[in-house]
Parts: sequence; C-alpha cells; structure tokens
Amino acid sequence: MVNGKRVLIIIPALNESGSIGDVVREVRGELPGVDVLVVDDGSTDRTHAVAAAAGALVARLPYNLGVGGAMRLGYRYAYEHDYDVAIQIDADGQHDPRYVPKLVDLLDDTDLVIGARFAGEGDYNVRGPRRWAMVMLSAVLSRIARTKLTDTTSGFRAANRRIIEMFARWYPVEYLGDTVETLVHTARRGYKIRQVPVAMRRRMAGTPSHSPAKAMIYLGRAFAVLTLALIRR
Amino acid sequence: MKLTLVTGLTGLILLATIIELLRRRQLREKYGMLWLGVLVIVIPLALFPRLLDNVAGMLGVASGVSLVLFLGIVFLLLVCVHLSWEVSALEEETRTLAEDFALLRAEIDAERAARNELVSHDG
Repeated sequence: MVNGKRVLIIIPALNESGSIGDVVREVRGELPGVDVLVVDDGSTDRTHAVAAAAGALVARLPYNLGVGGAMRLGYRYAYEHDYDVAIQIDADGQHDPRYVPKLVDLLDDTDLVIGARFAGEGDYNVRGPRRWAMVMLSAVLSRIARTKLTDTTSGFRAANRRIIEMFARWYPVEYLGDTVETLVHTARRGYKIRQVPVAMRRRMAGTPSHSPAKAMIYLGRAFAVLTLALIRR
Repeated sequence: MKLTLVTGLTGLILLATIIELLRRRQLREKYGMLWLGVLVIVIPLALFPRLLDNVAGMLGVASGVSLVLFLGIVFLLLVCVHLSWEVSALEEETRTLAEDFALLRAEIDAERAARNELVSHDG
C-alpha cells in the first residue's frame, strides 16, 4: 500500500540476472507495502530464479517478446489482480524507487505519470542524432498531450486503473511502440499525462550504446514510429 | 514447339505438387484453392502462349506474354503482402498465447509457494 492504494511494480527484464536481484531488494526495501512483478521476457540466464529469490513475483514468458510484450503481460497481471496503480521500472537499476510515492501521489488527478530525465533533476545528457530524436519526439508528443514532455522514451511510468485496463487490452509490441505509441494513443483518448523530474542513476550492469550509426538508425526509427502512430487510429 | 513443351510440363508438375500437398493435408484449403485457380488459368496459357494476344493488343501491350508477366508479378506481390498480413496476425495470436501461458505459470508458482508455506507452518 502507498497512500491507501494497492501498487504493483512491474519490472520487464531480459537477461538481467546481474542486477535484477539488487533492484528487487532495493524496491522492496524502500517500498515495503508494494508487490513487485518481474516479467522475465524469455531470458536465457537465471533472471527468473534470481528475481524470485529476491522476493519478487515472477511471470516468465516462454520466449522473447520485447519490452512491449512484457509490459502488456505486466498490465494484464495488474488488471486481473485488481491493482490500483501499476508502475514500470527498468531492470538495470537506473530508476530510483524513492520517487515512486511522488508518482503515485500525482495519479490522483492524472492518468499516466512519467518519470523524466533532463527535467531539472540529476545529470544525464545525450548528443547527436539521439538528441535530435528526443527533441523531435518531445516536441510532437508535448503538443498532442497538451503538457510538457521532455523524456518521452522513459521507462519509468505510473498508471492508474483506467490506463491499466486500456494497456491490458492494447499495448504495442513493436520497437519504441511501448513508449512513443502508447503516449500518442493515451493522449488521443483524452487521458491526462504528466511528467515529473527524476534523477537517473548509472546502470548497475550493462552499458548503453554510443555508436553514431546506431544513433542515426535510432533517429530514423523514432521518426517512422511517430509518423505511424500519428496516422493510426 | 519446344518452349510450349517446357512451359506446359512445368505447369502440370506444379498442378501435381499442389494436389499432392492438398491430399496430404499439408496445405490449408484456402491456399490450395488459390494456387489451383492460378494453375487453371496458367496451364492453357502455357500450352497456347498466343491466347492473350488479342486482349494484350486492346490494352496496348505488345505481346500476350508480356501481359502475363506483368499480371503475374502484380499477383505475386499481392500474395506476399497477404502472407505478411497473415504472419502479423499469427504473431499477435502467439503473443497473446505466450502471455496467457506466463500468467498461468505465475499463478501456479504463487499457489505452490503459498501451499509450501502452509506446510512448513504446520510442520
């Protein structure tokens, strides 16, 4: 329970046995009253066992579906088990669970709350095509959602019952669909979206990619996903 | 004459293949019927390549063979698009199945854990 609400933390994880145990223990330590669901997205390592040993509920997919598939499973679980709030957190430990109560509080008058980097708190910066992609996405999505969104691809978000029900039925499995397309879909249906600044930490395991070619491809795909999301119903 | 033999024989071999696949239930009927329909049109053309010359002339295409080639490519393209569509639908179905399966497995795990806890408390 956080402020009288049943909260489920959803952590999609793919081969994160190195960090998932610490992440689960940290979340459970900071937020004693919440349930933690680790969605093992077809990992080939011991992610599910490590997560279960750390005290998380584990839903294990038989093969890899991508973040979108893992997240819809998480929202379906939240919907079927009647949670008031579902919160998505990355498995690499970059999201600080101490922000969770702040996100939950905002859900009183908002439907979807996004924990955003570059919104004043913490130090995190990107350059080149990746930055252009982020600028483009935040400009377009801010207009659609009629609120300032600076970090549209953030994997740190909190959803209330109405959004849980929608995401349990509909959640895109394609690349960037889980972040960009869901925002377009949600905003267009008249739900209220808001972002709160959160500080991001260094990943506990794994490294982000910095290749310029990959960054260009990322920009192209972001543009394609955004365009598609806009012309879809 | 030789060419007619080659094209005609090819058509007949394809026809036999499709029928054999249907007979062994390796092809869904909807696809089998599609390819049989195509062969019913193609085999007469293979035997008499000049059949379509009149139609081709009316459309401003120099030869019936070119017309067949053009229509064939358009048709194959449509078939490919249709197959991509079918695969997308199948992926969506298997995705839902995978999610259902994971939910059930989580449910069983939770129940088993609860039961073990009860047992250990009793003992």
